[in-house]
Amino acid sequence: MKAISIHNISKSYNGTKALDNISFDVQRGQLFGLIGPDGAGKSTLFRILTTLLLADEGEAFVDGLHVVNQYQEIRKRVGYMPGRFSLYQDLSVEENLSFFATIFGTTIEENYDLVKDIYVQIEPFKKRLAGKLSGGMKQKLALSCALIHKPTVLFLDEPTTGVDAVSRKEFWDMLKSLKEKNIAILVSTPYMDEATLCDEIALIQEGRILKIDEPQNMMERFDKPLFAVKTNSTYQLLKHLRLKPYTHSVLPFGECLHLITSEVLSAANIQEQLKSEGFTDVEVFDIKASIEDVFLDLSLKNEKYA
Amino acid sequence: MVKVFWAFVKKEFYHILRDKRTLLILFGMPLAQVLIFGYAVTNEFRDAEIDVLDYAKDETSEQYINHLQSSGNFRVRRILASQNEVEEGMKGGKTKLVVSIPENFSEDFYAGNPIKIQVVTDGSDPNNANTLVQYLTEMTQSFQRLKRNEVPNPYSIQVASRMMYNPQLASAYNFVPGTIALILLIICAMLTSLTIAKEKEIGTMEILLVSPLSPLLIILGKVAPYALLSFVNAVIVILIGFFVFEVPVLGNTLLLLGMCFLYVLTALSLGIFISTTVKTQQEAMMKSLMGLMMPSMLLSGFIFPLASMPVILEYIGKIIPATYFIRILKGVMLRGVGLNFILFEVGVLLVMTLGFLLLSWRNFKIRLE
Repeated sequence: MKAISIHNISKSYNGTKALDNISFDVQRGQLFGLIGPDGAGKSTLFRILTTLLLADEGEAFVDGLHVVNQYQEIRKRVGYMPGRFSLYQDLSVEENLSFFATIFGTTIEENYDLVKDIYVQIEPFKKRLAGKLSGGMKQKLALSCALIHKPTVLFLDEPTTGVDAVSRKEFWDMLKSLKEKNIAILVSTPYMDEATLCDEIALIQEGRILKIDEPQNMMERFDKPLFAVKTNSTYQLLKHLRLKPYTHSVLPFGECLHLITSEVLSAANIQEQLKSEGFTDVEVFDIKASIEDVFLDLSLKNEKYA
Repeated sequence: MVKVFWAFVKKEFYHILRDKRTLLILFGMPLAQVLIFGYAVTNEFRDAEIDVLDYAKDETSEQYINHLQSSGNFRVRRILASQNEVEEGMKGGKTKLVVSIPENFSEDFYAGNPIKIQVVTDGSDPNNANTLVQYLTEMTQSFQRLKRNEVPNPYSIQVASRMMYNPQLASAYNFVPGTIALILLIICAMLTSLTIAKEKEIGTMEILLVSPLSPLLIILGKVAPYALLSFVNAVIVILIGFFVFEVPVLGNTLLLLGMCFLYVLTALSLGIFISTTVKTQQEAMMKSLMGLMMPSMLLSGFIFPLASMPVILEYIGKIIPATYFIRILKGVMLRGVGLNFILFEVGVLLVMTLGFLLLSWRNFKIRLE
């Protein structure tokens, strides 16, 4: 039995499509990432799966249970961490955790094993009010609260947004150790660099799934010629490259430009050309695609499509 | 189930005890209201300052002025010298009333000639002015009887009035029941609608929904602490009324407490109903303040009598729970009646409670939209 199974889910808000014909499956013990920018429809999908919203079309099953007809049963066994920090700020760390343990009919002691790795990190502050914790600690507490009743499926909506880099890494390490306990995890994030930490990812934009695959495969199977172009006059070069006949797409990427060409060219070749055209300090490298390259390339197509 | 309920109640108490604003509303407001209504908003007054324009300046006029002051209601501020000064004190807001005693007061008085005492009051405050004139008229008549040793005229009709249940017309008899009705409404309805709206606003409602908790348990857990605290408040106000303002409790104490409890339920169900129609605390606040507080204060018969209102306001007054609760309280506390005299009011409150609960149950969203 699949942990999550989504068939052709669509949802509109006042005529705007938030989700358009979404389908995918998540296996037990799998860490599945939903990668996309803000407003892509990630939270809407989470709320449909956690039985908080009704889809306009399509069906979905969580742990084999129908999200509409068997919503009460689902609510007993999933763990849900909403995008916004949604714990009681005026309750202490310990009070929050024990409250959520109690409403799920369990105690902290009973399931301490499951949350131990995470909870030990915030336990020294257990008397502190949740509202006074740092961003990273808040997320660890929220994860502990979502886990305390031993859920079979865990829904984490943008758990690392607004969290510092170190805490983000720690958080992903925790997720890795959780899936070994055979919990299926659906996690969403706007950070492309986190995609490689998932077993499988779905790229989502404007309510549509662009691609579903393992992140490694996705990067390896990117078959277009891709170059990083570095110069001091980035903006002029960007404008210049856009006019070139061999340019498929060119996008700023940190301090570089990423160039996809429509014909096969060598890096040296392009560098020579650009130098002769006045960009004397230009450097061009062959690079492997990152998830972000894949996403941007696909989203360009998606825009043309729409 | 019971354990979950207690966990919920405990959590709610933490919220209440850790939030200064809630605490202030819970315990500061009842105290402030009772004291404000008790000491400030009252039709009784002592030591109202008056000016006297004494044209007679004889023995009897002096006795008359002394007699006016003897009641403790009036205190002479100034003896005026001429008609021109009459307005002066009133303009300054110091003088509430000017008494002008005509010439030859003593002679005319003992000769039995008609005397006209002129009374000028500040009509910008009509209620006060009326009461002052009444007091003065009474004092004048008693002065007359005293001095003349009059035997009552056998051919005149004497009106002997007696104010039953409140012989001294103490306003505390009116405001204590009214305050209880208002306080319970504010605490139960406003605070419960606020606390439920808060869970929606900060997003915790989302987590509570994705849990095994039933909506009924969520609501019961949230309102139980407020029910308890508002009941305690009601008892405190009754006690303050009894010991500080000497408002009696003539009826059965158990019946009185039972009625308070019934009204708490009505107000809670109203609060729950409001909370199902709002998304934010601000909305909840506006709805409960504008929709409950104002009408309950103005249209429940607490401050203005219902019967003297335009028909439409009278009907609005009739759908306000506080109207019926104030009637019940006055009946049980002041007239000492039993349940059989207030059956209608109790019935109305019961029906209202059930109605609000039914509406809330239909309105409660098991999902986010």
